[in-house]
This record gives sequence, structure tokens and C-alpha cells, in this order.
Amino acid sequence: MVDSLVAAASVIAAAIAVGFAGLGPGIGQGNAAGQAVEGIARQPEAEGKIRGTLLLSLAFMESLTIYGLVVALSVLFANPFVG
Amino acid sequence: MDSFLLSKIEVGSHLYINFSDTLHLHGETFFVSLFVVTLLISFLVLSTRDLKKIPGSWQNLAEVIYELVKSIALTQMGPSYYSQFLPFVATIFLFVLGSNLSGALIPWKLIEIPSGEFAAPTNDINTTACLAILTSLAYFSAGFKIKGIGYFKRYIKPAPFFLPINIVEDFTKPLSLNFRLFGNVVADELTVTVICSLVPLIIPLPIMMLGLFASSLQALIFATLAAAYIGEVIE
Repeated sequence: MVDSLVAAASVIAAAIAVGFAGLGPGIGQGNAAGQAVEGIARQPEAEGKIRGTLLLSLAFMESLTIYGLVVALSVLFANPFVG
Repeated sequence: MDSFLLSKIEVGSHLYINFSDTLHLHGETFFVSLFVVTLLISFLVLSTRDLKKIPGSWQNLAEVIYELVKSIALTQMGPSYYSQFLPFVATIFLFVLGSNLSGALIPWKLIEIPSGEFAAPTNDINTTACLAILTSLAYFSAGFKIKGIGYFKRYIKPAPFFLPINIVEDFTKPLSLNFRLFGNVVADELTVTVICSLVPLIIPLPIMMLGLFASSLQALIFATLAAAYIGEVIE
């Protein structure tokens, strides 16, 4: 009984973890990409440099989502609360 | 249908090699990382064994990698110190790149093992934790080597009450490096596996390309961050 409760709670927790972890970085990546497009439109000769920096910073933001994913995975596959 | 799957959805099952009751080894991680290291060493030795003024194809590749790693170290650590720490950054970069690409490119599923499966070594959190702790040790020793005991002044900058934050930062740096690499590699493999189990043909290909791109980007980021942490300490 307790185990099934823990399992249900873990599934919901994993869903919430991934969902909310996606929110913030999504907004941030949108901002960064928008600014980069603006920069390229204003200064097309700087495209290569802007693209490199954009990709690197996008990967940093992506890692925040990945933290949520790691928490979700550990809740699903390595749950410390399941007896 | 089952044979179409390139890998099973398994997180946390390993091929255990037991030395004693308390000492285990994750066999698949160990063998694949040994394979990656052997491949990297033989590539580097063969490509730089007989250097020519006009480089051949292998030497050219090695030179491209060297230039990339050198530019990472140079931009993060400045011209006077980068050459001391270039080998460390290059080692980290090559190992992470090699293991990520080996997980993405080599069809390990064809080799059957009793439990778990062969995959990228960075798919195991112990490998990434080891790399992250090595990075921590590297910037500690870099600080001591270059600043001596004055290294500890870093902890009370910009003001003494920043001390707890600075100490916590020493723990969060390896933790975030660890989770970033592990999570990205596992997320790539899980996405490909889930999409393969839904539509086994053609549809997963763009996702696999994205995975290849992301895994090389992760190697670049790990090396950049390691160099940046060292650079921050010795500046």
C-alpha cells in the first residue's frame, strides 16, 4: 500500500520536475535566440561569431533542463524511498 | 520488432564484476572506456609519429584538434599560463568527445553481455563524477601551484561575508559539471530509444544527428568549463 503510494507520487514528481525544469530555460533560450537573430540582422558579417556564442550559451541553458531530467530519472529508476 | 531497437530502455543495470563483497566494477563502462582510451592513444601516436611540413590527413586532423583545444585554453587562461594546463584540458576534451561519439556511432547492441549493455562510458554517472572531481582537483592544485598559500584569499573576495557562498561554490561546481554531462548523454540515448520504439525507421535519424551534435558540443562545454574554472583561480 505504502509502496504504491510512493510509486504514484514518484511518477507525478517526475512529471512536475521535467515540466517545470523546461519552463525557465525555454523562456531563456527564446530570448537568447531572438537577440541573436536581431544581432545577425543588424550585422550579417558577424554571423559566425554570434552563432558560436549562441550555441554555447544555449547548451548552458539546456543543462538546467537536464538537471530536472536527472532528478526525474533518479526518482523513477533509483528512488531512495522505495523500501 | 524487438530486434529493431538499438538499445533497451535500461537505466541503472550494469554488468557487475565483483572483486570482493564491497568492491564492484561496472564492467561495461570499464571495457568501453578502455576501448576509447586505446583508440585515442593509437590515433594520437599514429598521427604524430612522423610529422611532416605538409600534413597528411591524420596529422591534419590532429592539428585541427590541437588548434581547437589550444584556443579554448588560451581564451580562458590567458597567454602566460595556458600551456601548463593545456594537457589537462585536451585530455578531458578528447576523452569526453571519444566516449560520447563511441556511444553514438558504434552499434554496441550487437555484442551480447549477461546484464546491462555496452554504451558510452559517460552514460554511467561514476565516469562523469570522476571527471568532475578531477577538474576540482586540477583547479585546486593550479591555485596552490601559482598563488601558493595566498590562494585562500579567493574565499574572502569580494568581502569576508562571501565565505560560505564561496565554499558552497566549490561543491556545486563539480556537481553541476557531473550532472550536465551525465544528463545530456542519458537524455540523448533515452530520446533515441523512445522514438525508436515508436517508429523504428527514418524518423529517429534527425534525432540521432542532433544527438551526435549535442554530444560533441558537450565535450566542448566540459573542456571550456574546466579551463574557465582553472583560469578563474589563477587570474
